[in-house]
Amino acid sequence: MYPSRFRYEAPRSIDEAVALLQEGGGEAKVLAGGQSLIPLLKLRFASPELLVDINGVPGLDYHKVDPDGTIHIGALCRHADLERSTILPARQPTMAAAAPLVADPIVRNRGTLVGSLCHADPQGDWASVVTALAGYVVAQGSKGRRKIPMAQFVTGPFQNALGYDEIAVEAVIPAPKGIAAGGYLKLERRVGDFATAGVAVAVEMSGGVVSRAGIGLTGVGGSTISATDAAQALVGAPLAPDRINHAAELAAAAAQPRSDHRGSAEYKRHIVRTFVQRILTRVAQPNGRAA
Amino acid sequence: MSSLFEEIRERPGGDVPTRRVTITVNGEPRTADIEPRLLLAHLLRQGLKLTGTHTGCDTTNCGACTVLFDGKPVKSCTMLAVQADGHEVTTVEGLAGSSELHPIQEGFKDEHGLQCGFCTPGMMLTAKALLEENPNPTEDEIRWALSGNLCRCTGYQNIVKSVLWAAKKMQSAG
Repeated sequence: MYPSRFRYEAPRSIDEAVALLQEGGGEAKVLAGGQSLIPLLKLRFASPELLVDINGVPGLDYHKVDPDGTIHIGALCRHADLERSTILPARQPTMAAAAPLVADPIVRNRGTLVGSLCHADPQGDWASVVTALAGYVVAQGSKGRRKIPMAQFVTGPFQNALGYDEIAVEAVIPAPKGIAAGGYLKLERRVGDFATAGVAVAVEMSGGVVSRAGIGLTGVGGSTISATDAAQALVGAPLAPDRINHAAELAAAAAQPRSDHRGSAEYKRHIVRTFVQRILTRVAQPNGRAA
Repeated sequence: MSSLFEEIRERPGGDVPTRRVTITVNGEPRTADIEPRLLLAHLLRQGLKLTGTHTGCDTTNCGACTVLFDGKPVKSCTMLAVQADGHEVTTVEGLAGSSELHPIQEGFKDEHGLQCGFCTPGMMLTAKALLEENPNPTEDEIRWALSGNLCRCTGYQNIVKSVLWAAKKMQSAG
C-alpha cells in the first residue's frame, strides 16, 4: 500500500507552515509523527493535496514545566519522550501512567501527544488523559494564537476544532491547585491493539480532600468521553470507599460502549467501573499518588 | 540509480515532481530522486535492494519493517522516505561486520531465535537499540522492548533468550 500523490513541503518555521496551510485552502494536512496519518494515507482514507511536514521545525520537541506547575507539551514531543520523562512521574502521575501504554514501543518513538489529540480517534489514549486534566491545545493560525479547551477540541470521531490554516503547536496541562494524583489504565488484547477500554483519572488533593477531579474514557463511545458526573461526585470529600464506588458507577453509566469483537458493551462498562475503582483505591492509599 | 517502487514509477506525462534525498544507509550516503509518497520501506527494498527489511502487515502493527532511524527503531512502512533526507538509517544488512556476525545475530543463531525468519530483522534491530540504551536488560525489559514486534512462529521464548545471550556476549566483550 502507498498513498495517493500529494505535494510535500517541509517548512522550517510555524509561520511558514501556516502560510502553506493557507495556500492549501483546506486540502492540506499537517504531518508530525505520522503514526496515524500515514496509515490513513496508505489506506486512502485521507488523500490531501498537500502534506506539510513539521518535523523540520526546530524547538517543538519539548515538554517542560513552569515554576507554577503548568506543563507544556510541544507538537514534536514523542510518546517515548514522555515515557522516559524525568518531569512527569513526580509532577503528573496520570500522564506518567499513560505514556508507556500508548501504542507500542516502536510507534512511541515517532508518534506525538499533540498529533494524537488532533487525530481525535475515540481510541486515543491522550485525549482521555488531557480531558481528565482539563488541558487545552494552543493553535496557531494566520490570525494568531488561541487556546482551545480539550472539551471543545474534539468535535467528533476523527474531527477537531482546528481551522484549516491552524496548527496545534502545543498542549498545556494547567497547574494543579492541590497535589496532583491519578492514573491511567487500559485493557488491550495485545500491545498496540486498540483499547478494549481505557480510563484516565486525575484528582487534586488538598488537605486529604479532593479539590478537583476529572475522568476521561477511551474507546467506549463515538469519541472521548468526559465522565463529568463521576468526577464531580468525588469533589469536596476524602477518597472513601463509598465515594470511589459511587464515582465508578457513574463513570460506567457515562460510557457508551458497543459490543464488538473486543467484548460486549456490558463487559466494557464493567472494565470502566473496575478501572475507576482500581485507580482511586490506589490513590487513596498512603503515598498512593500514582496508579 | 533507479530508485522508485515499480508501481509508483509510472509517471503520467513525466510531470510528477520528485525530490532528491540523501540518506546515510548503513553508514553510506545514498542519493535518490523519489516521489514524496514513497515509503521508507519501499525505498529500502525496491530502490536500494536492501530486502532484509520485510514488509509484513503494512499497517504499523507487526514491526517486521523496523529499521533504526537515527538510532531509534521505527516502522519503515509508516514513514515517508523523503522524511529520512539527511538522516541515518540502519537496516539488518548493517548489523554484521565484513567477516563476522553481530552478537545479536549470533544470539539468534545460538538460541534458535527464529523459525521462518520473517520477523527477525525487526526483532534484531529493536534489540540493538534496547541493548545500546540498557546493556543488561532483564527478561521483562526485553519483552517490553520487543512488544511492538510480532512473531508468529516461536512464541517469543527463544527470541528473549537470544537477546539475553547477546547482552551477555556484548558485556563480556566490554
